[in-house]
Amino acid sequence: MSVKHGLLALLQRGSRYGYQLRTEFEHATGGTWPLNIGQVYTTLTRLERDGLVRALPESDGGQRPYEITEEGRVEVALWFASPISQNDRPRDELAIKLALALTTPGVDVRAVVQTQRTGTMRMLQEYTRLKSTAADAGDLAWRLVLDAMVFRAEAEVRWLDHCESSLVRYAPVGEDTTPKTRTPNRPQETDIDQREASAR
Amino acid sequence: MSPVLELKDIRRVHGKGNTAVHALRGVTLQVAQGEFVAVMGPSGSGKSTLLNLAGGLDAPTSGDVVVEGTVLGRLSRKQLAAVRRRSVGYVFQDLNLLPSLTAAENVALPLELDGMSPRKTRRLAMDALEEVGLTELAPRFPDEMSGGQQQRVAIARALVGDRRLVLADEPTGALDSQTGESVLKLLRARVDAGAAGVLVTHEARHAAWADRVIFLRDGEIVDTSGPLAQVDELLPGMPGVRG
Repeated sequence: MSVKHGLLALLQRGSRYGYQLRTEFEHATGGTWPLNIGQVYTTLTRLERDGLVRALPESDGGQRPYEITEEGRVEVALWFASPISQNDRPRDELAIKLALALTTPGVDVRAVVQTQRTGTMRMLQEYTRLKSTAADAGDLAWRLVLDAMVFRAEAEVRWLDHCESSLVRYAPVGEDTTPKTRTPNRPQETDIDQREASAR
Repeated sequence: MSPVLELKDIRRVHGKGNTAVHALRGVTLQVAQGEFVAVMGPSGSGKSTLLNLAGGLDAPTSGDVVVEGTVLGRLSRKQLAAVRRRSVGYVFQDLNLLPSLTAAENVALPLELDGMSPRKTRRLAMDALEEVGLTELAPRFPDEMSGGQQQRVAIARALVGDRRLVLADEPTGALDSQTGESVLKLLRARVDAGAAGVLVTHEARHAAWADRVIFLRDGEIVDTSGPLAQVDELLPGMPGVRG
C-alpha cells in the first residue's frame, strides 16, 4: 500500500492539514505504521501536482488544510475496488536470506530458521497481547489490522516449520545420503537415530 | 514460589533395544502458577508424550514429573488417579463428552467420581459453565449444541473445581478461527486467575497466547520464545538448547 491512498482515504472524510492526517493515519493503523511529517507533506505535494487534492487557504494558526478533488475520490474508489498486486509489496527479505544461507558454505541454516522463528513467535505474542487490549477497547479497525499481522506472522512460522522439515530431508548433492536399506550385520536404528547420524 | 508443574530431565523410550523409539530425550521444564506455556513442534517430536507425562497419563522411562510438589512416580495407582481428578484438567481435541449426559452432568462427572456430594458438584459445575459463558445450556445434551459450545463444555469440565494445572492438546481442533480464539481466551483467563497451563498446538497463532513457547524436535527442546519483556529471565533457564 502507498501512503498516498491512505491519506486520500482520510481526506475523503473532510479537509485536513498535515499533522491531523499523520495522527489519524497512525491511529487507523494502530500505531504500527509510524509516519514522519515530512513524508506526509511530500505526499500531499505530489497529490496536489496530480490534481487529486487541492490546498485551501491557510488558517489563522498558519496551517494549510487540504481537500480531496473529484479525481481524488475516483482514485480512492478505484483503490478500494482493486486487489493489491504482489508487485506492490516489498520483496521478501527472509526468503532471500534463507536461500542465500542455504547456498553459502559454513552457514548453519537450521540455526537461521530457529532464530527467525523465535523472533517471529515473539512478535506474534506481542500482537496477541495488543489484540486482547484492543478487544477491551472495542476498536474493530485496529483489531483487524492486528489480525492481519497475526495471520502474516503465523504464515511465516508455518513456512519456517516447513523449511525446517525440508532441511531434515535435504542432503546437498555429492554428500552421502541416508541409507535406505539396512545391511544384515548392522544393528537396526530408528528413523530418529538415522537422522541424528546423518546430521553429525 | 515452587512451580505447579516440573519436568526434570524426562526421558521416554518406547520399545527396547534396536527398535527403541526415543520420544523424549531429557526434557526439563517448569511451569509456574499464572504461567501459560505452549509446546510446538513437528509431528512425532514428542509434544503429546510430554503432555501425557505431565498429566500422569503416562510414566517417564527416567526423570521425575512433579505436580504441585508431588513426584508422580512415587504414587500408587489410586493416589495418581486422585491427583488426575483433583489437580489436573485436560482439554483434548476429541471432546470426549458423554452423549447421554447433559452439559452440567458432563462437567460434574470428575467431581462425582471423586466422591463429592451431588449438591456441591452441581454448584461447582454451574460455576465452571458460567466461567465459559454457557450457564443457559446446562440442561442440554451434547448433540443439542454446536461444536464450539461442546468444546466450551469440555473446557468447563477441565476447569471444574480447583484444578491448578490445565493441559490442552490441540484444543481448538476443527473450530473456526473466531471460536478457536475464544477457547484460547478461556484458557488464558483461567491461567491468569492462578492456574498453570500447558498447551500443545501446531498453530503459532494459538501458541501466541502463551507466555512462553517451546519448540520440540526429536524429543528435545530446541528453542524457547518468551515475550520481549522476559527474554533476560528466560535465557538462563533454557534447557536442552544446543550450543
